[in-house]
Amino acid sequence: MSKRIDVNDLNVYYGDFLAVEGVNMVIEARSVTALIGPSGCGKSTFLRTLNRMHEVIPKAYVTGKAVMDGQDLYGPGVDPVEVRRQVGMVFQRPNPFPTMSIADNVLAGVRLNNRRISRSDATDLVERSLTGANLWNEVKDRLDRPGSSLSGGQQQRLCIARAIAVEPQVLLMDEPCSALDPISTLAIEDLIAELKNNYTIVIVTHNMQQAARVSDRTGFFNIAGTGKPGHLIEMDDTTTMFSTPSVKATEDYISGRFG
Amino acid sequence: MAVTDSPPSEPEAPPKVRAGRAPGRLGNRVFQGISTASGIFILVILAAVAIFLLVRAWPAVTAAPSAFEDVGFMLGRDLWSWVWPLLFGTAISSVIALVVAVPLSIGIGLFISHYAPRRLAQGLGYLIDLLAAIPSVIFGLWGIQWLQPLVSPLFTWLSTNPATAWLEENVGPTIFSGYQAPARNILTAGLVLAIMVLPIITATVREVFLQTPRLHEEASLALGATRWEMIRQAVLPFGRSGVISATMLGLGRALGETMAVLMVLSPGYLINFFLLQPGQHQSIAANIASHFPEASGIGVDALIASGLILFVMTFGVNLVARWIIARRAEFSGAN
Repeated sequence: MSKRIDVNDLNVYYGDFLAVEGVNMVIEARSVTALIGPSGCGKSTFLRTLNRMHEVIPKAYVTGKAVMDGQDLYGPGVDPVEVRRQVGMVFQRPNPFPTMSIADNVLAGVRLNNRRISRSDATDLVERSLTGANLWNEVKDRLDRPGSSLSGGQQQRLCIARAIAVEPQVLLMDEPCSALDPISTLAIEDLIAELKNNYTIVIVTHNMQQAARVSDRTGFFNIAGTGKPGHLIEMDDTTTMFSTPSVKATEDYISGRFG
Repeated sequence: MAVTDSPPSEPEAPPKVRAGRAPGRLGNRVFQGISTASGIFILVILAAVAIFLLVRAWPAVTAAPSAFEDVGFMLGRDLWSWVWPLLFGTAISSVIALVVAVPLSIGIGLFISHYAPRRLAQGLGYLIDLLAAIPSVIFGLWGIQWLQPLVSPLFTWLSTNPATAWLEENVGPTIFSGYQAPARNILTAGLVLAIMVLPIITATVREVFLQTPRLHEEASLALGATRWEMIRQAVLPFGRSGVISATMLGLGRALGETMAVLMVLSPGYLINFFLLQPGQHQSIAANIASHFPEASGIGVDALIASGLILFVMTFGVNLVARWIIARRAEFSGAN
């Protein structure tokens, strides 16, 4: 249950402002794709176009194509709600629903769109999802406690459990570890390595070591200056990107000379 | 320090710490005095009102039941059997107002905060706030002249439709039984009150809904929620205690409203749920306003005693509202 995404000449606009220009990218199924680049270069904006979350901002729109296993995500009549059920997302800051218990948080996506789920199925799904997010052993005795009672790293894994409970094809992660301590970060990175077996994962990160550790392929975004659109400068296998990148800017960024 | 670098032709003394009386000290003192006095003044006024009510109500509270026999508007009842129906009338009109106004306010608040385009939302917000500026006597006139004829056919239908008739025959009188035109009943009064408390409830819930963290809204949307599902999952749970406190604020206003009830309602002094019959209910505030000019002696004390009860009631409602708001402040930091 994972699909590949082919992005073709994608431009992202906020009103008149061109934020990201001309992205061509292949995101392979069952792999981890990392997007790196300096702040404001449009990598998060681009990530959000893959599940149409950028449309939350008024007047944001996209030209070009993003095709997931033959289906254009921006085709006529495609409902963004359906896209988001297929392409899940984990955010920079852990955001479990504070008014829900841990179990209800996991089931939040499953209960949408008038879907019913029997009590025993729900129990199974909660265990399966939390196990999949490496959180089950830590929370199995307090599933009815509020999600906000967990630590930051646990909350983030709860959010991952919530995202995979709806069994998406693709999982987007927008700097998922930037608000976490090193130990929690390690836990998430281990989890990403496991999730790769079942899901297509795209991760935005500012941490180059993280990109090198977890990803199979890496894309480098850059921006010519403030007010200019962001571009995908280079994309290659992660090992190649971090040893012998073909573009000078990539090498400068990775070696810490700017950004 | 720039002074030392400047040419010696401009001898200028470096700034010193001024000795003597500090500048602005008088201003500080005056301002502190004014603001402290204002704060104390509010407390004094509140205490004065409470003491006035207690002292003036005391003779009526302690008087023998027979003392009220000569008071015409009390219909030969003692103080408590006279006040209970008034308390009931006050409560039922306020409850009707809230039942109508709260869902409407939540709808308007959600529309303004999450559905309407920004410019329309702003205009609508101003318009709702303007409603609060209309004097209540205008609402009373509006209720009599415009609302009563409008709701009369609806009330007639409620009172005479087959379901009501069947219930009357087989079970007993319903809350809609026995409508008589014109619609000077407690339901009309409640509807007018609903319009009057709408602005304060709407303004409060709108602010609460706007404060929903973007993170939670996006979490819901990213799971594949429609906009309505996002509102149910993220916005409403987050705003629940805010909605409760807004309701309490509206209740506080509805309980004390005088003019609109006085003008719209045909008064009565009974405890029942016949919402459509005139001459059944009366609120404490409207009752005081209508009988105070003719009252004398122990009658004045009795009216003031009913005012004391209303004061305690609204005070309690507002205290609860403040308490809920304060409790909520702790939770908002937990995000």
